[in-house]
Amino acid sequence: MTVLRNEVRPGTYLDSVALMRISRTLAERDGVADAGVMIGTEPNKQILREAHLLGPEGEAALPGDLIIAVRAADEAATATAVAEAKRLIDQPKRSSGPAAAWRPRTLQAALKELPDANLALISVPGDFAAPEARKALSRGLHVMIFSDNVPLAEEVALKQEAREPGLLVMGPDCGTAIINGAPLAFANVVPRGDIGIIGASGTGIQEVSCLIARSGCGVSHAIGTGGRDLKAEVGAITTLMAIDLLEADPATRHIVLISKPPAASVARAVLDRIGRSAKPATVCFIGGEALAMPANVRFAATLKAAAERATGRAIAGTPAARAPAPARGRLIRGLFAGGTLCAESQIVLRGAGLAVMSNTPVPGASPLRTLASGHSCIDLGDDEFTRGRPHPMIEPAVRDAPLAAALADPAVGVVLLDCVLGWGGHMDPAGHLAARLAGRPSGGPAIIASVTGTDADPQGRAEQVRRLEAVGVTVAPSNADATALALSAISAR
Amino acid sequence: MTDKTVPTRTLIAAPPKVINIGLERFATELAAQRVTAVHVDWAPPARGDTRLAALLAKLGG
Amino acid sequence: MKRNVGQQIASANAEALRRVLAADPVLVDCVPAATVIPALGQGRRILHAGPPIGWERMCGPMRGAVQGIAVFEGWAKDLGDADALAAAGKLELEPNHHFSAVGPMTGMTTRSQPLLVVENRAFGNRAYCAINEGLGKVMRFGGNDAEVLGRLAWLRDVLGPALGRTLREIGGIPLKPLIARGLGMGDEMHQRNVACSSLLLRILAPALARTSTKGGDLAECLGFIGRNDQFFLNVAMAMGKAMTDPALGIEGSTMVTAMCRNGTDFGIRVSGTGDQWFTAPVEMPVGLYFPGYTAADANPDMGDSAIVETIGLGGFAMGAAPAVVGFIGAGQASEAAVFTRTMAEITLGPNPEWTIPAMDFAGVPTGIDIRLVVETGLAPTINTGIAHRKPGIGQVGAGVVKAPLRCFDDALVAFAARMGVA
Repeated sequence: MTVLRNEVRPGTYLDSVALMRISRTLAERDGVADAGVMIGTEPNKQILREAHLLGPEGEAALPGDLIIAVRAADEAATATAVAEAKRLIDQPKRSSGPAAAWRPRTLQAALKELPDANLALISVPGDFAAPEARKALSRGLHVMIFSDNVPLAEEVALKQEAREPGLLVMGPDCGTAIINGAPLAFANVVPRGDIGIIGASGTGIQEVSCLIARSGCGVSHAIGTGGRDLKAEVGAITTLMAIDLLEADPATRHIVLISKPPAASVARAVLDRIGRSAKPATVCFIGGEALAMPANVRFAATLKAAAERATGRAIAGTPAARAPAPARGRLIRGLFAGGTLCAESQIVLRGAGLAVMSNTPVPGASPLRTLASGHSCIDLGDDEFTRGRPHPMIEPAVRDAPLAAALADPAVGVVLLDCVLGWGGHMDPAGHLAARLAGRPSGGPAIIASVTGTDADPQGRAEQVRRLEAVGVTVAPSNADATALALSAISAR
Repeated sequence: MTDKTVPTRTLIAAPPKVINIGLERFATELAAQRVTAVHVDWAPPARGDTRLAALLAKLGG
Repeated sequence: MKRNVGQQIASANAEALRRVLAADPVLVDCVPAATVIPALGQGRRILHAGPPIGWERMCGPMRGAVQGIAVFEGWAKDLGDADALAAAGKLELEPNHHFSAVGPMTGMTTRSQPLLVVENRAFGNRAYCAINEGLGKVMRFGGNDAEVLGRLAWLRDVLGPALGRTLREIGGIPLKPLIARGLGMGDEMHQRNVACSSLLLRILAPALARTSTKGGDLAECLGFIGRNDQFFLNVAMAMGKAMTDPALGIEGSTMVTAMCRNGTDFGIRVSGTGDQWFTAPVEMPVGLYFPGYTAADANPDMGDSAIVETIGLGGFAMGAAPAVVGFIGAGQASEAAVFTRTMAEITLGPNPEWTIPAMDFAGVPTGIDIRLVVETGLAPTINTGIAHRKPGIGQVGAGVVKAPLRCFDDALVAFAARMGVA
């Protein structure tokens, strides 16, 4: 019989990453069954409610308040956990040195500090993102909205309002951009070059930009449009503006467009626009049918193909002969942090005629049933896994339990993994994976991975690859290649 | 070629100068790459009181 | 329609700030209160600090002061008698602010007390404040014994008239240049006034000597002013009132024109809502206590002195007074500038004439905008002395206190209604 306690701190705000760290620290304490420290928005309260962590005090909290929720073995354990929560919350955000820094609390104060700012990068909770974006737009700033859970109607309104003054709204749910060589949010360090990328998917941009870099070419800019830009309601406003931008940019020779297959009317409008460009383009509607393309445009069904088309250079995959032979099992179990990489893998498997399940199925794949019943590609960054928990790109531990389950499952022949590097993410995802994989019993599934990144990334791709190979992981040059290699591995039996 | 005005090149002509509102690590990482960034110590407007926030929006605040 | 309201407020605020910055406050005289506030000559009117409050809700030091001043003015024969009069509603208790006056801590203003007169020559209005009694056991902290009343009598009979003669002889002392110099010398004009007090004494002393009628009195007057580091506080307060009064009642302005406390309630007034008070319970100051005292001894926040923060000084000018930060325990001296920069996020603009050398001559942040306070949740920071909660003991510490956010929330709602916005 556990004891639940809620304490509400009025007018207190910490960002979601800081709160998740505190929640995890509390949950790991002896005697604590579960804990959550969240700001009092309705979606958060729902998460706490469902976790049986919300009491009457928490119910009454306002969005500007902080809810400390602890369920522990007894009163004493809850009390010490709550006290620890308060200590962690009150810790100074930065080390107190001789010169305490002032930080602006508002956009207007920040603009006084940096009057020639030209971009607002917004990652506040989704409910608040649109008003912040509107303020930034009204001050003449372009906007990148990392936040998700922004109402679609708000996205439409913002993009329409931004069009007239010619301001770009990248997002909502835009995780990646590279502007004039500067990686923004989750992005890789890639050389400057003449390929411009427009992407509705963050990891899609990451994989393509890294493959371009490894082919010895470079990126002029990578513009994120947000995941919904190509929906009929939004009408590709940001995509079309980005095409204008890259077309007018003397540094861009070739334009790559990456997204899920859009609505037919939107696809037509985008292809029509890109067809009127003087510059060659590659359109990658991942998993889409090869539509009729304008003369200057080539279609690519995978991220790897998009990179190869844009650079004109082939990327050599790992020869099938080097596929690791699984000791047992015949199922491929893909566990992905990057949603678009999960989609690409499904497409490669479907392309080989295999049935595949996923929690985020591409056309032709099936929704998840029991994992034992077939090949699967799981997107661990999807909403069902990330409500109230960090994204696996920030916190690799999210993948630990599914990975352990796959390693122990006798039906699994190959575990397929992505490992995404770059700014914004975890500082040693390969090291984390290697620690989970080291000392695994022999006779288990083969592990095949790709590492999305470059040597210039803070983690250093070569070292990350080395750490994986040191524990017997076969690393392929791209996610598409890793998937093809997995196919070879199970076919060899 | 296009019937819309090309967006001003104030975005891509040079490395961006960023105002970061939200997750602090984005600003820290931009600084590590020597990209100019100012972090805003953000909190919900009006301490999360939606009625006051709505009034503020109407009063040009 | 939204944009019209926004523009209307912007231009009203620009006008409100312009009036405050255009002020020309001059310390011109010192006269018995009833001669400049005729209402004090009738009945048993006692003006107090803070927003309106009844006897029942007054804190200990405030009651002690009311009792004392009633005896001083001859309305009661002793403190017990005064208490009975107050309880019976026979004393008219009203805010200083309603009569163009301000007073520190308990802020007692009655008919015969000498009041400093500051004239705002840019607009012609005047404001008043009693003379600072000094430190320790004084009526400001609720003291009301014979020693306290005796000092008040001396102020009434000796120093007040001397100052009056002196100021009239000089022809008035312009105050803006004094403030500007004081900011460059480590004053913020709330907790720290020693520089301005010294500068003022330098100006007064020769004229005091010239206009002195008795040698012994001159020495006493010079000594009294010279011993009191906080003498200038009351001058600064009257100045603040004189600067903000012309900005009252500008339709559409969200600028705060008054902040004050009576030991129980904190009150603000906003230009666009005129005379209306927006009150909430005062907060407890946070700071350092003199040896022998702790937070358990502290009286809640009190006084009209927050008028100096209302014009960009005090806690808002903390960057000019790093010594105050260390003393009041608000943090490290280097954090002083952070307070000022933070207050700049809730104000309309800097004062170009009052600048802080250590902050690259940044002007003090002036004109609190209630919209910015509500939006950011950054409450105005007030530097304050902390009184003992029992009457008459005096100051037990110093610290910072925040204006309660509820005052600003309520003011915003009332202002919006007035502008036809819901």
